[in-house]
Amino acid sequence: MNDVAQLARLMQGNEAIVEGALSAGLRFFAGYPITPSTEISELLAARLPLYGGKFIQMEDEMASMAAIIGASLAGLKSLTATSGPGFSLKQENIGFASMAEVPCVVVNVQRHGPSTGIPTAPAQGDVMQARWGTHGDHSVIALCPASVQESYLLTVEAFNLSEKYRTPVILLTDEVIGHMRERVILPQPDQLKVIDRKKPPAGLEKYYPYRPGKDGVPAVADFCDNYRFHVTGLVHDESGFPTTDADVAEKLIRRLNNKIMDNVDDIVLSESWLTQDADTIIVAYGAVSRSARKAIKEARLAGLKVGLFRPITIWPFPEKEIDALSRQAHTMIVPEMNLGQLKLEVERAASGRSRVIGVNKVNGELITPGEILDTIIKQ
Amino acid sequence: MSETTPYRNPQNIQINKSWCKGCGICAGLCSKVLSMDGGSKAFAANPSLCTGCRICETHCPDFAISIGVDVN
Amino acid sequence: MQNNANKYLRSEKLPHIWCPGCGNGIVLGAITRAFGLLNCDQNNTVVVSGIGCSSRATGYLDFCTLHTTHGRALAFATGIKMARPELKVFVLMGDGDSTGIGGNHFIHAARRNIDLTAIIFNNSIYGMTGGQSSPLSPLNSRATTAPQGTFERPFDLAELAQGAGATYVARGTTYHANMLTQLIRNGADHKGFSVVEAVTACPISYGRRNKMGNGYDMLLWQKEHSVPVEKARKLTPLEMEGKFAIGELYKADAPEFTDIYERFIEEKQKKNKEERQRGVN
Ligand SMILES: Cc1ncc(C[n+]2csc(CCOP(=O)(O)OP(=O)(O)O)c2C)c(N)n1
Ligand code: SF4
Ligand code: SF4
Repeated sequence: MNDVAQLARLMQGNEAIVEGALSAGLRFFAGYPITPSTEISELLAARLPLYGGKFIQMEDEMASMAAIIGASLAGLKSLTATSGPGFSLKQENIGFASMAEVPCVVVNVQRHGPSTGIPTAPAQGDVMQARWGTHGDHSVIALCPASVQESYLLTVEAFNLSEKYRTPVILLTDEVIGHMRERVILPQPDQLKVIDRKKPPAGLEKYYPYRPGKDGVPAVADFCDNYRFHVTGLVHDESGFPTTDADVAEKLIRRLNNKIMDNVDDIVLSESWLTQDADTIIVAYGAVSRSARKAIKEARLAGLKVGLFRPITIWPFPEKEIDALSRQAHTMIVPEMNLGQLKLEVERAASGRSRVIGVNKVNGELITPGEILDTIIKQ
Repeated sequence: MSETTPYRNPQNIQINKSWCKGCGICAGLCSKVLSMDGGSKAFAANPSLCTGCRICETHCPDFAISIGVDVN
Repeated sequence: MQNNANKYLRSEKLPHIWCPGCGNGIVLGAITRAFGLLNCDQNNTVVVSGIGCSSRATGYLDFCTLHTTHGRALAFATGIKMARPELKVFVLMGDGDSTGIGGNHFIHAARRNIDLTAIIFNNSIYGMTGGQSSPLSPLNSRATTAPQGTFERPFDLAELAQGAGATYVARGTTYHANMLTQLIRNGADHKGFSVVEAVTACPISYGRRNKMGNGYDMLLWQKEHSVPVEKARKLTPLEMEGKFAIGELYKADAPEFTDIYERFIEEKQKKNKEERQRGVN
């Protein structure tokens, strides 16, 4: 059964996430209400059962994250959605999913912080938390939509990447994109690429759930599907059982990182717009990239050679692309609704070849095209 | 189970010394049959007094004792 | 070992990591024998645990096993059980794991009456971290973080479970190992959220500091301080002072969560199909 509408529809960003998740094969959702992500829970409470899927409102965010990991190990594609404070609470179990290589998707509709901040106002303050929020060295993938249509597409992509690489994937959207309404064209189901996790062949004499394939990704079976095995957040060997062997630990942590970092070409998505001749590049993501686009149009009318680089995958960070652009642009401007989180990455990748200027705002309001244009002109 | 004592009595008390941690629980609960040896492992000092009640088996925290009731 | 209980152990992983005289192994033995009585299907059962000495038990059980994060085992198990209601799911936790950091998940699993069998290894202490007080440490008992004895009243785990909505509540001890096996078996047979508290000894981090002797002495302590529930019901609170009841403490029939949800899905799908056929939508 598939009731994905085939017509263009007007919908909210959060609603598009729901549609994307269902198209990708979502069958389990656990969440805890928090503005501005709650619509995702509410819609899925009604929609998932139609697909034979399950919805549960858990007692808190630790539990929601735990429940989706459990359901994913039991074989269902699983999702949770939250915002800043809840994202903080999920972090320990996000680390578990990373260590135990459990595919799952976490939506963070970013709001103003720290703490309760301005709950209804947008921000982009969780960029670094998405990368480093859980303790220990770990790999993570985070995607950042800039429109309602992209909220749909990147949700599908998030599931595909999590299944392919057996890793938690974070959809890092924001209050503006989550709540805005736009026209969306939902692709026909057969036009959509949906990836399912690889499974071990049946009948192996001895099964090593954590023995990686050539791609660095192990074929962990679903629970009670041919094999009996152990899953733990402790350092474990290929059999899945804990060990404190230093070599095994070193190898495991490096593999968890490398399975992402060795595949950046497959994972990283970005958009370049009017960059061909640009000597000034605006590096913007999420809602702010929309303001950047308007600012660039104005600047172009004034004859300035300005282009947009938009990381769609923000983790892993598109460093090759920034490296290349830093060889043509004397200046990069990074507008963000935070005090300069992704700017640090841009500076690192540009390695001093371009001057990097931040346009930063932490008052709960979207950065305007005018504010970006001012910086372009004044730079 | 790997290492078992050679004791084979009608009740067949098997003690896996490589699992026994010498806690003394079995010898405490059944002092007439079981005892601790010099190396602090359990052993059946008086196997002939064993009634086959299995209290040692169910209380050994280390799965080191098994009582097989002999079929003959 | 009795009744095929051995086959539920990953014998190649033994000897286990627990200290000499630690009661965790006795509880694990009672669990495997209960599996034997239940004739438990190893390919259709999942065992989940949290973090702590006791939670390492999953590593020794030959099932699909999941060793999770501290306190969260019930939440992971909820996801598994909802995803695949046909699976039998056991959850092993320590007293700190289940009532301290995981207390919220504990009461909510009970409230939902989700069909999980929770077995709590109650050694009155945080064993793994070296003997800090837990929400089940008796008042005035000593812990590294309560050098003069705790000032806090402990939970009564069974009352907490019952009050929160669990529909099977039992308490056993490692001294009464056979009874413990029966209680676990009955808990697993019960449909709904079952709680079996296993009173067990941590001679290293609790017994020593509280001058209770070794593992054997602590077993005798359990014998002397427990009262079968049938008898306990006839005793006055004064007579029960310092003692605890063991046996099947509470049992009730109530709708089970995944059952209700599965029926809801079925009805919703059916209604949706009918509406489609009638061209509504
Ligand atoms: C989030 C988190 N906080 C603290 C710890 C440290 N920790 C590990 S085990 C434990 C206590 C375990 O006590 P209990 O649940 O009673 O189990 P026991 O070791 O006594 O069997 C603690 C506090 C942890 N692993 N994770
Ligand atoms: S079976 Fe009973 S009598 Fe025999 S050694 Fe064990 S405890 Fe003693
Ligand atoms: S510290 Fe206590 S609970 Fe932990 S293994 Fe040792 S005796 Fe058992």
